[in-house]
Parts: sequence; C-alpha cells; structure tokens
Amino acid sequence: MSLHPTDLGDLSPTDPSRRQGLLARFHLDLPLLIGLLALSGYGLLVLYSASGQDVGQVERQLLRYLLAFGVMVGIAQVRPEQLMRWSPWLYLVGTLLLVLVLLIGDVGKGAQRWLDLGLIRFQPSEMVKLAVPMMLAWYLADKPLPPNWRHLVASAVMMMVPVLLIARQPDLGTSLLVASAGAFVLFLAGISWRLIFGLLGAAAAAAPILWHFMRDYQKQRVLTLLDPEKDPLGAGYHIIQSKIAIGSGGIWGKGWLAGTQSQLDFLPERHTDFIFAVLAEELGLVGVAVLLALYLFVILRGLYIASRAQDTYGRLLGGALTLVFFVYLFVNVGMVSGLLPVVGVPLPLISYGGTSLVTLMAGFGMLMSIHTHRKLLPR
Amino acid sequence: MQIKDHIREEQAFLGRTIVAALLVMLALLSLGARLVQLQVIEHQHFTTLSKDNRVKLIPLAPTRGLIYDRNGVLLAQNRPAYSLELVPERVKDIDATLERLSHYIAIDDDDRERFNRLRRRKRRFDSIPIRVNLDLEEAARFAVVRHRFPGVEIKAQLLRHYPFGKATSHLLGYVGRISSRDLKTIDTSNYAGTSHIGKTGIERSYEAALHGAVGVQQVEVNSVGRVVRILEETPPQPGQDLHLHLDITLQQIALEALGDYNGAVVAIDPRSGGILALASKPGYDPNLFVEGISRRAYRALQNDRDRPLYDRALRGQYPPGSTVKPFIGLAGLETGVIRYDTSYYCPGYFQLPGHEHKYRDWKKRGHGPMDLDAAITQSCDVYYYKLAFNLGIDAMSNYLAQFGFGRRSGVDLNSESRGILPSRDWKRRTKHQPWYPGETIIAGIGQGYFLTTPLQLAVATAAIANNGHLMTPHVVDYLQNRGNGERYPIPPQETAIPITSQANWDDVRRAMRHVVEGLRGTARRIRTDFYAIAGKTGTAQVFTVGQEEEYDEKNVAHKFRDHALFVGYAPADDPQIAVAVVVENGGHGGATAAPVARKVMDAWLLPRLYGPGANRGSDDS
Repeated sequence: MSLHPTDLGDLSPTDPSRRQGLLARFHLDLPLLIGLLALSGYGLLVLYSASGQDVGQVERQLLRYLLAFGVMVGIAQVRPEQLMRWSPWLYLVGTLLLVLVLLIGDVGKGAQRWLDLGLIRFQPSEMVKLAVPMMLAWYLADKPLPPNWRHLVASAVMMMVPVLLIARQPDLGTSLLVASAGAFVLFLAGISWRLIFGLLGAAAAAAPILWHFMRDYQKQRVLTLLDPEKDPLGAGYHIIQSKIAIGSGGIWGKGWLAGTQSQLDFLPERHTDFIFAVLAEELGLVGVAVLLALYLFVILRGLYIASRAQDTYGRLLGGALTLVFFVYLFVNVGMVSGLLPVVGVPLPLISYGGTSLVTLMAGFGMLMSIHTHRKLLPR
Repeated sequence: MQIKDHIREEQAFLGRTIVAALLVMLALLSLGARLVQLQVIEHQHFTTLSKDNRVKLIPLAPTRGLIYDRNGVLLAQNRPAYSLELVPERVKDIDATLERLSHYIAIDDDDRERFNRLRRRKRRFDSIPIRVNLDLEEAARFAVVRHRFPGVEIKAQLLRHYPFGKATSHLLGYVGRISSRDLKTIDTSNYAGTSHIGKTGIERSYEAALHGAVGVQQVEVNSVGRVVRILEETPPQPGQDLHLHLDITLQQIALEALGDYNGAVVAIDPRSGGILALASKPGYDPNLFVEGISRRAYRALQNDRDRPLYDRALRGQYPPGSTVKPFIGLAGLETGVIRYDTSYYCPGYFQLPGHEHKYRDWKKRGHGPMDLDAAITQSCDVYYYKLAFNLGIDAMSNYLAQFGFGRRSGVDLNSESRGILPSRDWKRRTKHQPWYPGETIIAGIGQGYFLTTPLQLAVATAAIANNGHLMTPHVVDYLQNRGNGERYPIPPQETAIPITSQANWDDVRRAMRHVVEGLRGTARRIRTDFYAIAGKTGTAQVFTVGQEEEYDEKNVAHKFRDHALFVGYAPADDPQIAVAVVVENGGHGGATAAPVARKVMDAWLLPRLYGPGANRGSDDS
C-alpha cells in the first residue's frame, strides 16, 4: 500500500467519492458483496453436513471461494470500457477453443482423460458462458434498440455457434445455460413481445422434433421425471430419495447434521448437485426460505445495478449475467424437487466444486465493475 | 438509418428489467409453492417414507465379456485381484496406520500419491485403495494381522488383464476408470456398479456388447445404515464374449518379423475381410492403464520418440509409393487408356510437354521400352508418369476411390485415419488451390499428396486378390452369449468394383506374380517353391510419421531413410491371405518389407497347405 500519512486526511467522510473507503477503492459493491458472502457462508455450513463432516472437504471448498472471490475482485478493477473492448476477442478465442476441443476430442479419446486428471482442467465452455453475453452486449451497444431484423439475425448467429458447439460435446446443460445468457441479452434489448411469444410457441412446436434427435440417455432423463419408479437405480432413484429428503424435513427440519436421508447415504451426489436436498431435510422450509431470500436479494441487487448502468453495454451485460445466475438456481432447485428433469446444473455458490464457481464470481466481478466505475455526471 | 434514442432506450430497458424481476419472483414463488407442497402438505407421507427407508438398492456390476482369438486363445480376461483398502471414517490416525501397514505390505511413493489423490476426491465413508494387485502371499500376510487394523480391509475384484501385453495393445485397446467425460455419453444407471470402461481399440468400439447389463440387489439396512439382509436380487447380465478373426500367433510372428524396425503389418482374409493380424510396432503395455498409470510412466510413453501409443496400422498415414502401381495400371486398362502390351519408352526421366522439369526414374539410365507387365515387375516410374499423364487426375482418382483409398474402411474400430486420395476436388476443398499437372505425374507413383494407412493398403490388395469384391475389414468374427452360448456372427460386407474386362484383372494379377517370380522382379528374393506369391514393392519418401503433417518434400526428403512397403497376397491362384507391410525407415521395399510379408504368409499358409507343423524348416531362399 502506498498510503502516505497525508493521504489519510483525504479520507474524510464528507468526500463523496471516498464515502465507502476501502470498498470504493477496490470497486466493490457492498450489498452485493454481503449477499455473496452470506450465501457462501451458508453453503459451507451445509457442505460440512453434506460431506459427512469432512473438514478437509470444507477447507478445499473454502480455498475455491477464496480463489473465486479473488477473481471477482480482480475483474471489478477492470473498467467496463475495457471489458467491452475485450468482448469480441474473448468470444473469438472461446469459440475457437470449442472447435479445438471437438477436434482433439475426436483424435485422442483414450489419452485425453489423463490430461484431464493431471493439470487443472480448463473448459472453454465455462469461458463462453461469459463471452456470449459480453459479445452480444458489445454488438448491440451502438445499435438502435430494439434491434432491427438484421441485427437480430446476426445476434442469433453469434449466440447459436457456441451453443451448438457445446451441444456437440455433448453437454446439453451447459449449452442451455449459454443459450439462455444470449436470450436474456436479446430480451433486455427489447425485442418485441410478439417475437418472444412467437419463438416460445415455435420452441413448443419443435419439441417433438427435438425429442427425435435426443440421445437415448437424454430421453431417459425426461421419461424418468414422468415416472421415477421406472429407473430406480439411476436418476429416478435420485429423484425419489431427494423428494423424501425434502418432504421429511418439514417446516423446521430434522436439525443440522441430523438428516437421516443425507447422513445414511440414501441421497446421491449429496454434496454436489443434490446439496439442496440436504439443506431442505436438515433445516426445513425455514432454512429453504432463508436461502431463497438470500438468492432473491443478490438477484434484485444485480438487476438494480443493471438498471443504473450508464450505457447499453453495461445494462445488457449486467442484466443478462444476473438472470443466468437465476437460471442456475431455478434449474437446480427444480431438478432436486422433481419439477424438472435431471440435468447436471449445480446450486450456484453452494454446491461443492470449482469450475462454475469461478465463472459465476467473475460475472459478479463484472457487475461490480459496471456499478462502481460510473462517471459521476449529473443525469 | 435509425438514430439511437438514449432516453427512450433507457426507459425501455427499465421496463424489461422490471418484467424480469417480476418473472424471477414469480418463478421463486412457484418453487416455494412446490417446497410447501413437499414439506408441509405431504410432510407426513414423506416422513413415513423416510422412517421406512430401510431398503437400499445396490447395483451389481456385470462381468465384462472376454476376448478370444480365432483359435480360442484368451486375449483379454478378468483376473481376480486383491486390493488393500481403507475407510477414512473408521481410522483415527491415517498416516500412522499407513506407516504400520508398510511393515507388512510394501507401499511405495506412487501408492501414497494415488491414495492421497483419491482420498481428497472421495467421501469419508468410501473405501479407498492403498495398494492394488496384492499377490496371494501379501494377502495372507495381512490376513494374519488384520484385527490390528480396524477400517483396513482386503477387497477382491475382477480386473481386466491382457496376457499378450504389447502385442495386442493397439488392437484391443484397454479399459480404464470411468471419467467424467465418459459419464456424459453413457447411461449412468447401467454403469452404476461398474468402475471401468473401454477407452481405446476393441474395448471401446465393442463397449456396449462387452459391458452387459447391470443387476440390482435390494437390501434391508438398519437404522445406522448397515445391511441386515438381502431382500431381492436381479442378477446382472454378463457382457458378450468376442471371438476375433485374429490369430495371435500370426500377430506375434508379424511383430517379430519387423525386427528392430518400427512399422505396421496388416493381414486380411480376402474372402471375408476378416483381419488376421493388425500389428503396430512399437506397442505399450495396456495393463498399466487398467489400474491407472502413474503420471510419470504416462509421460514417458507420450514423449517416447518411437511413439508407442500411436497405432500405425490404423492411423499411420504413409505415401503408398509404388504399391499403387497395380491399381493405377488397372485403371489404365479398364478405362482403355492403355492396353496390356502398350509400350512406353523409359529414358530415365519424364518431362511434361513444354516444361523443363525432369521427373526422374529411380533407375538413372532408364528401363528402355516397357509394357505394363514389365513396368509393374521392375517398378518403372517413367511408364507410370506417362500413364498418369494420359489418364489425368480425374480418371485416376475416381478409379482408385473404388478401392477405398482416401476414406475410412469401415473397420469395426474407432479412430481410423482417412488417408488422402488426391483429386481436384480434394485440393480445392482443403488447400483452396487449383490442381497442377505436375501433381498428377507424381501421384502416378504414389507420391505427392497421396497418403494411405496400412489397413487401406491391405484392404485394396485383398480386393484385387478377390477379383473386385472389396470386403469391409472386420476384427470381430462373432459375439457369443455367456449364458446360452448363442452366437451372433458379424456378416461379411462386400462392395463390388465393376469389371470392364476380366482379362485386365488377370493381366494385372499376373504382373504382380512376376514381381516375385520374374527374374527381374523387385521382390524376387521372397520367391518360394511351396506356393505362389503375387505382390508389389514400394518405397516411400519419408515425412515424419504420425505427426499428422502433410508430406513436405523440401524439409524432410533427405533427412530420413525411406519407408519400405510391400503389399501382396498368396497363394496367387487361390488367395487366402492378403498382407500389407510398412517398415518405417526400412529403405527399399523389396529388401526389408517383402521378407516380413513372406514370414507372415508362411506362418499362415504352410500349415494350411501342407498340414500342421509344416512351417518348420521352410526357411529356404
């Protein structure tokens, strides 16, 4: 720190630009930060129980949080204009890497696993989760909104190329998340309601065709949702057990560390994708309500930041990132409670594991950057 | 042109944001409603279920199908293996326990590294292997002191083992632990109890058949989760056994015949397309991969200059050199560009009309007047420069395509290379350049852009031997159910190459026979009195093999010795085996590659023609 004693005088509470002291200096948004810290803390608490009281696992998750928060703080320092300049390049590199993954994936099938095991695995699809909304926001930033047909088609192409590449991997869960990120940018850019409903209608009509192209195991997952008893060893068993866990939790829960479903190993993948069920069993509806309230707070703060952004890029990007965060939450809870088919989407910030955590926090870093680098102009 | 209206856009955005916020709240409310339904309304029901949740389902892994060669020799088996495992939850001081254990059973640094790696990934109540593949003595030694190590147990499981190791490494491939990448493409419930999955080779391409179907055991557990009794059991269905066309002895002879050279040998039964030998040298020990190869050993394999992991027979792409001459000769005859007795004069070089550049023959002084028979027997380049020039690239390329050059053969193995059959269209597609006449000339002797895999060469040769019936190559002869012994044969698939005149085919085959039997034949040294061989030698200028680069004459032509090639079949009048040999940096095809083919043919044919045991003492010539 290069704080000279004389500088301290400038940190007077009356100086509006320094009002928040250190937070402002590091371009952090206090409400968002509090919300994220609260969620992380809550997550560690649940993880301790879900991991079978494995301190080592909690420590490793804590390290991941530190890394992810570090990334968030780092990105918050970058000015939004800079982020905007990087957008097309990031998109280009991400898409090329996706192509590369497909090509290499085709060549060294047997050998690949070993590279995966060794070094930290880098997934271009994670990068694209951020790059697609950035790219679309960049593209639409200087266009008159709502976008005209030509711009709309161009945006759709930009969005669909990486989505299809990821779907080819095949990783349907991630490609859906990326597609939703792109769709949110367009939604926020103000495409007409008629178009939105038209597309939704078309999607509904296309569902039978999509069904035709789905792989067997994907069809299986949808069928399992309709009739869990059919697949009692696989996803069906997961859903049955997780519903029992949630339902038996009741209003007040069975108590922390005291969930029979979780502690006796009836609940599969309980520290990763199904961690919500552990929480619902042990902490009950009350614990769930606290969790959802925290999420709602973070989401609303994100949308507020987007609405206060000073340019189109910040508005579109900030809004889309926040809404994607919501999609994580919705899909995961929907899946665990048996409303949606089992797709591998983690509970954001709570599930054990690192890759999506870093991406999510990088997104929040961008939100903070957008909010804290506003020029103090009279509006 | 529209102009941006900032105020209006901001308001529109605000409107959308509010809509989004409302939708988010609505969605959260519906989730909340669902949870109220489960946790409040149906609470009683689920509490009952939870209390009665005494039935656990335990998946039972099927045993993996075995792989046999054509004589019933076991190539891939499941061996019982003992491993020493530890449950962290039940051990107080893990480090001290490991230390005490090491007095009885050797635990080295690699074991510790793996143990710590797995421990980090698994849960406290999961059993984690300390040592794998204990021998019986070690297992017995531990059994004596077992009571002093609560939480440490010996577990028995079936592990895949490949008794022939290197000799079958590329063909069979190997199984390894299921990775997260694998999980995305399999039906996870069918693999619920399975730890290993086919990663490469036959193990991968026949994974579905080899794996079988999972079984289920319903067990009753007590209130702390221990199994009390078994309620019901659906046994798993074992995977199907595979019986290959391969003869493991032939495979070993082929590898041995390559001597110290790297290279590939492919032997096919031309009548069925059954692969009798598919050898790539050097190989690696697939058994290392089954229990997880150490990072050090894997890196050593990857960095080995001889590239042992690389399957030369299926993926190696080599310029075919003169081995394509019979095929191009046939193209000339069948399209009517030449007749069998058409004579071209060979002065030792060829020039395109109006061009200075001399395309040289390998024989500096030239061969003199040549007809097709002599051109194939003596491998005259100038004859083929002229033939290629008169045929043109389109006719040549179209005709060769019928023999499977430039496309995957359709063998029942993954990751086969395509090779390159040069054509105008191919060059426009990949290089965005027009075709030059000079490129036609060198394509006529199998150089330039032309690349083939040893498998493609063998398949094409088999098609000549089989009089135009191109058989899709197969490694698996039939699948067999373990239970009832029922067999499911893989039917031979053939594509017929149209024949304009039967005499043309007979002529080319006769010329190929003269390559071995003629006084000036380039492979005359492998002539034998026991049966007649037809074949063709080839010598390919080298590009570094396996680096997936295109052949670039400038950079490498003088750097390495040429690759030696040979394709052939025997007996010439009743073909039973077709062979393609590539000897990397082996020099001249007649000198190094042809003798390899001869050894393979001897091993296959002598017992069949003269009764068992006839292979001994036939090492004449």
